[in-house]
Amino acid sequence: MASSNKPPVLLDIAEVSKSFGAVNVLRSVSLTVDKGEVVTIIGPSGSGKTTLLRCVNFLESYDSGSIRIDGKEVGFRPGPARDSGARQRRSERDLASMRAETGMVFQGFNLFPHLTAAGNIMLGLTKVRGKSSAEARSIAEHWLGRVGLGHKADSLPAELSGGQQQRVGIARAVAMEPKILLLDEITSALDPELVGEVLAVVRSLAEDGMTMVMVTHEMAFARDASSRIVFMADGGVSAVGPPKEVLAAETTNERLRAFLARFRASHF
Amino acid sequence: MLGQIAYALPFLAQGFALTLWVSLLVVVLSLIAGVILGVGLVYGPTPVRWAVRIFSDTIRGIPILVLIFFVYYGLPAVGIHLQSFWAAVLALTLFKTAQVVEYLRGAVASIPKGQSEAAMAIGLTFRQRLAYVIFPQAFRRFLPPWINGVTDAVKGSALVSLLGITDLMQAINQVIGRTYEAMPLYILGALIYFAVNYALSYASRRLERRFAFIRD
Repeated sequence: MASSNKPPVLLDIAEVSKSFGAVNVLRSVSLTVDKGEVVTIIGPSGSGKTTLLRCVNFLESYDSGSIRIDGKEVGFRPGPARDSGARQRRSERDLASMRAETGMVFQGFNLFPHLTAAGNIMLGLTKVRGKSSAEARSIAEHWLGRVGLGHKADSLPAELSGGQQQRVGIARAVAMEPKILLLDEITSALDPELVGEVLAVVRSLAEDGMTMVMVTHEMAFARDASSRIVFMADGGVSAVGPPKEVLAAETTNERLRAFLARFRASHF
Repeated sequence: MLGQIAYALPFLAQGFALTLWVSLLVVVLSLIAGVILGVGLVYGPTPVRWAVRIFSDTIRGIPILVLIFFVYYGLPAVGIHLQSFWAAVLALTLFKTAQVVEYLRGAVASIPKGQSEAAMAIGLTFRQRLAYVIFPQAFRRFLPPWINGVTDAVKGSALVSLLGITDLMQAINQVIGRTYEAMPLYILGALIYFAVNYALSYASRRLERRFAFIRD
């Protein structure tokens, strides 16, 4: 049966809304991501893409709707029946253990400057996963090798180039074996000649079947590496589909056409 | 002259020991209290933040000498009687605590938000984030002003002599009272205070270099 071959839904975002004061940054956003999918979110700045990504690991809270990973709601749990089951924020401990299931790579790398490349990767492995430091070290070395930095294990972040730092950032996230990897404009802070080495790592993770949601302005990469592209505008999902459909020049979606036209004008 | 001073040396040494003891108590107690209150100021719920802010601003707005007299001569009016030694330690500790609170707040505030977020993203709990990510980095920023504060505490401890406690300062004054050798004894006192503080500054510079893992 065809339906039994379809990979299970891993991330289920349902009618999520959020406002900062009077500004509605997310308006009833719904999106599902299957296991093994690579979903890219594009859109003009202020469209809510980064906020949506940050809601997935609850770096930002959301006002209504639900976000589930593997069926488990991310930031909230149902409250007691006497409060008519109104949602309650999860405990600090609970949130931490849920966040450990999602990896995140940041635009500004956010490596821990007081720890070596290996130390950055080992911190979560030892403190969150409870591994011995010898075991954590060998996992860190494995992933540093995977991102081409096996020789930099004992370097401090300040001794690495931007592209190298971001590759350590990726290794730190994936070493935790997250169910899903969130990439937030991870090449935006890099010099152009360093973008390629980082994207190559992302591509190889995609080939390994890592489920990823990424926000990016690298259209060519989005087109080649994504299973689906989501176009966000004004806090909502304006278009979603395979790259060929969404990025087609003849789209009837006015906002998308304007975005792509502006994009082509400035990037090619 | 030298003979008289040599005769007084054991007495001066006792005073010096008391100066070190007061300084050590004040530095350690204010460090503990200041870090706890400082964490409350940065991360606590609003009422806690307000309480710490009021405490810190009030204490820092009062001259240390007024604080010492207030604790020793003022508190008995509300039924709190402290020995002069403990009154002095309490007053100096309160003063120093308010400073430590500010050093800590400044140090933690200087750590970019992305550090906390990255720590959250790998699943560290609040305490783990503080212990393994925020504090190790904030420590580097905290250290220089704090060591400065420690040298201030050593110098400021001379004020306890005003409550009749025989610290180094009081011991010197008493020896001068007997020998009338003011100049050599004050020079000796100044050299001792200077030696302690120079050693502290030197240790501080060594520590700063040891923890200089970020290029500014």
